[in-house]
Parts: sequence; C-alpha cells; structure tokens
Amino acid sequence: MAGMCLLMLKTNICKVEFKNPVIAASGTFGFGEEYSAFYDVGRLGGICTKGLTLNKKEGNKGIRLHETRAGLINSIGLQNPGIDCFIENELPKMKKMNTVIIANLGGGSIEEYAEGVKKLSESEVDMIELNISCPNVKSGGMAFGIKSETAFEVVSKVKGYCKKPLIVKLSPNAENIVDMAVKCCEAGADALSLINTFKAMAIDIYKRKPVFDNIFAGLSGPCIKPIALRMVYEVCKEVNVPVIGIGGIESFKDAIEFIMAGATAVEVGTANFINPMVCLEIIDGIKKFMEDEGIKNIEEIRGIARR
Amino acid sequence: MQLSYKSCKVAENINLSEDIYKLKVEGDYDIKAGQFFMIKSLNEEPILPRPISVHDFEEGYVSFLYQKKGRGTSIMAKLNVNDEIKLTGPLGNGFDAENIKGKIAVVAGGIGIAPMLYTVKSLKNCDIDLYVGFKDEVYEVDEFKKFVSNIYIATESGKYGYKGYVTDIFSPFEYNAVLCCGPEVMMEKVVKVCRDYATPIFVSMEKHMACGIGACLGCTCETKDGNKRVCKDGPVFYGRDVFINA
Repeated sequence: MAGMCLLMLKTNICKVEFKNPVIAASGTFGFGEEYSAFYDVGRLGGICTKGLTLNKKEGNKGIRLHETRAGLINSIGLQNPGIDCFIENELPKMKKMNTVIIANLGGGSIEEYAEGVKKLSESEVDMIELNISCPNVKSGGMAFGIKSETAFEVVSKVKGYCKKPLIVKLSPNAENIVDMAVKCCEAGADALSLINTFKAMAIDIYKRKPVFDNIFAGLSGPCIKPIALRMVYEVCKEVNVPVIGIGGIESFKDAIEFIMAGATAVEVGTANFINPMVCLEIIDGIKKFMEDEGIKNIEEIRGIARR
Repeated sequence: MQLSYKSCKVAENINLSEDIYKLKVEGDYDIKAGQFFMIKSLNEEPILPRPISVHDFEEGYVSFLYQKKGRGTSIMAKLNVNDEIKLTGPLGNGFDAENIKGKIAVVAGGIGIAPMLYTVKSLKNCDIDLYVGFKDEVYEVDEFKKFVSNIYIATESGKYGYKGYVTDIFSPFEYNAVLCCGPEVMMEKVVKVCRDYATPIFVSMEKHMACGIGACLGCTCETKDGNKRVCKDGPVFYGRDVFINA
C-alpha cells in the first residue's frame, strides 16, 4: 500500500523524476539545511535554491520584510554566496538530501545569465530555474520578465549554453503573462514556473517615506493566490511544456487547485515561514485527498478544471 | 532533527504594566540564555509568527516578557489560559554563559530586560550588577534581586531612580564583561563606552523576522564580516562587530 501511495504522487518534469509534486520555492528554503532541522527534506519533491548570481551579493540595505494582510512584502535583493561558492560548499550537502535540486539563477545582464548557466550546467544540479522575475534588484532580474521580446532574447541566449532542463520563472508583472509564457517556450524553455512576487510597496506614515530603501519590493503569501491561480490556468491552456504553479500556496487544497488548473507541480514559498512543516502537510494532504476521492494517479486530475 | 515546532498551552498571560505582558507556556526544552522562540497564535492573521526572547525557564514552563506594539503582539496580549499557541524553537545562538566569568554588568533598556532574567540565572560564579532604564513605569526588576548584587535604575520621567537614560549611570569600569539589550541607539552608546575601557560587550539584536531559522535572509544586520542573520548567527553578537562605528 505504501508503494502504491508513492506511485500516486510521482511526477515527471522534463524527464526528471519527482517523488511528489511539492517543491520548496526559491528564497524561502535557503539551501535546505535549515529545514532539515525539522524534518527529512528528502520527502519533498524538490528544493529550489536561494536565488544565485554569478558573483556573491550582499543583498539590499534597510528593512527587508514587511507583513501585510495575508501577505509579506520582501526586499532581500538576492543575497547569496555566488555560484562558485554554492557549487563548492552547498551543492555537495544538497545532493545528499535525496531530492531534486533546482538551482535558481538570477542575473543583471544576458552575459551574466549565460555565464551562470554555463557553470551550473557543469555542476550536479538536476535543473535550472531561470529567474527573470525578481523585483528586488536594480538592474536585470525582473527587467527581463516584463516584455516578452526581452525575455525571448535572454532565454534563447541562455538555452544555447544550458545542458540541464531549463525552467523559466515568470513574473506576474509581465505585460501579458500568456504572451510571455508562449515566447519563453519558443525561446527554448523546457518548463515554466509562475509566479514570482508582485511588485508592491508600503509607506511608513510616521517617517513619511516608503518602508523599503528600494521603494518597491515583492509581495507574496496567501493574498496573491487567486491571481497566481488565474495566471497558471491561462498559461496552461496555451503552452505544451510542464508548468509549475507558485503563489500563496499554504494547504493541500491550494496545491490541488493549481494542479486542476493544469500545473504539473507546485512550489511552496511564504507558507514555510507560517508553518515550517507545511510542505509535508501539503504532501500528506494531497495523498489523503486522492485516497478519499478515489484518484489513483495525479494525472487523472491535472488540468481537469479547465474549460 | 533538533528543532521543534509544536503546540503549547498558555499557563498565564498577565499585564504587568501599561503595554508590558508576561506570557507563560507549558513546554520542556533545552534552552540557552538569550535564545528565542517564534510564537504564533492559532489566529490566521497575522500570518507570520513573532520572535520573542526567553524571559525565564523553569520546571516545564517557558516565560516570555513582551511589549504590545503591533498586530502580532496585540493578538498575543489577548491569549487566555489554556489557549494553544505554536512555538518554534529554541532558536538563535544565545549568550555564551559558560565562558562569561567574573564581575558582569547587565545593561538593559525597557523591554530589552526580557532576555536578561534567564541570562542572569544561567551565569554561574559571576558577580552581576543590573543597570536598567525605563521611560516611566518600572517592571520586572524585583525578579532579578535574588540573582544580582546591585540594581541601578534610570527613568526618563524621573519617576524612579536616576532621572535620565541608563547610559548616563553606567560605566564599564571594573567589569570583566557587559551584556546588553535595548534600543539600538542605547546599545551603540554602551558599545562605545565599553570600547573606551576595552571591556568585552555582547549585544542581543532585534529585527523583524519571517522564518526565524536562517533561511529567508530577512533579518540580516551588517557586521564587520558582512551580513549576518540575526535569527541564526545571532541574536547575540560581539558589540563592536555590529556597531562598527561606535
């Protein structure tokens, strides 16, 4: 029966096998080590690393977190040790975690993205998630994720050097999310993940100025889920590559909604901060839902809600 | 697998003074002085837990002293006996109590007194003096009497003790080490005067946090060695590493 349960949830994305469709989202899970203190992260479908850049980044100054109703605005600014340091110090530890390792890659220029992809292609990461959607870095990042033509350019270039399955992580701030998705696929994306955070802001009324030094920052959490779901639904109708749904997922019900909208898998982000065990609870919840509903294979419900 | 995230029952939640509360919950932990927990009520809002330092720990009960300030602590202030809350922890590095020896000054500003009770109880074979400053009302100081030699109080209003700031009455002269927690401007002043006397000083920092365990990088503070996570690398830092310009 246990083996049966495992089969029910098994998911494939670009020939990479996932134990289940629940992946820890980039920037909320470090390099997996912190959450290993709570549970065996090998039970997850996969882990997306903290956003990496070619060179080490100290991240943004000033306030980095601001909680809102059912949401969190962050301005971390891709603080990370750089790709070389990641490959040398973090990746060997991650490879022992017995789950799919997805390297999230950010960049400030097409050349920087290309260099990063080259390096990661020679490493032991299982997949690369191209982050063209981070609203928290001044140059690049989300700038590549607004206009479809710009995204097409960066994805085409990067694809030429990429020897791993390439996931492109889309921004909800794109001018037209469906057009963006289609163009990224034309440029060679093997899969898409959406959505990253919404460009947002908050004002400190006592200081009479924006809360964040960068003025704008990224909104995530339960409040963005309905919009994320709508975008995933729309995109899944128009593309043939696997889509990973992201945005405010905090329960198995949310995850099932994304799968019924057509997502092959989901990433769970901010909810990890609300409850450090949430990914496991979502996996168990999906399993129980399938048992209760007589669903033998998750494929049976994928995209089932689409009209 | 050494961190726990679990439900605990509220044993007591009392209002000590104006907006200051003491929350006592059932729980058996191995806690170091200066560590903290992420506390979340079962309410859906606010979504994030709040980092609160351990005030006291004895016989299966953990106490937290907190100031009602925003949405999170306002919800906490409404907790009743037997209510369930979620606790993640203990978290952070804490004070290195085993290696702190001799004549010690504990310097606290307002709610910065919170982590210091369990800290003075954890320091062995030390001769401790407490310096504490408040705006107006004095709270929780009596609890320290059994564990410290002298208590020096300053209030901004002059209601109790010296009229002014705690930094006006504190001098590191004759102390082997100083432990400090309070507003950043106050800690910076204490670090500065400790530098003049070449006295080691440890500060406990406070930042807004999301994960509390070192994953999100939301609570970083700048140090002489680059950005450090207050939740995981701290909250206790060597004073001059954080207040570089002091």
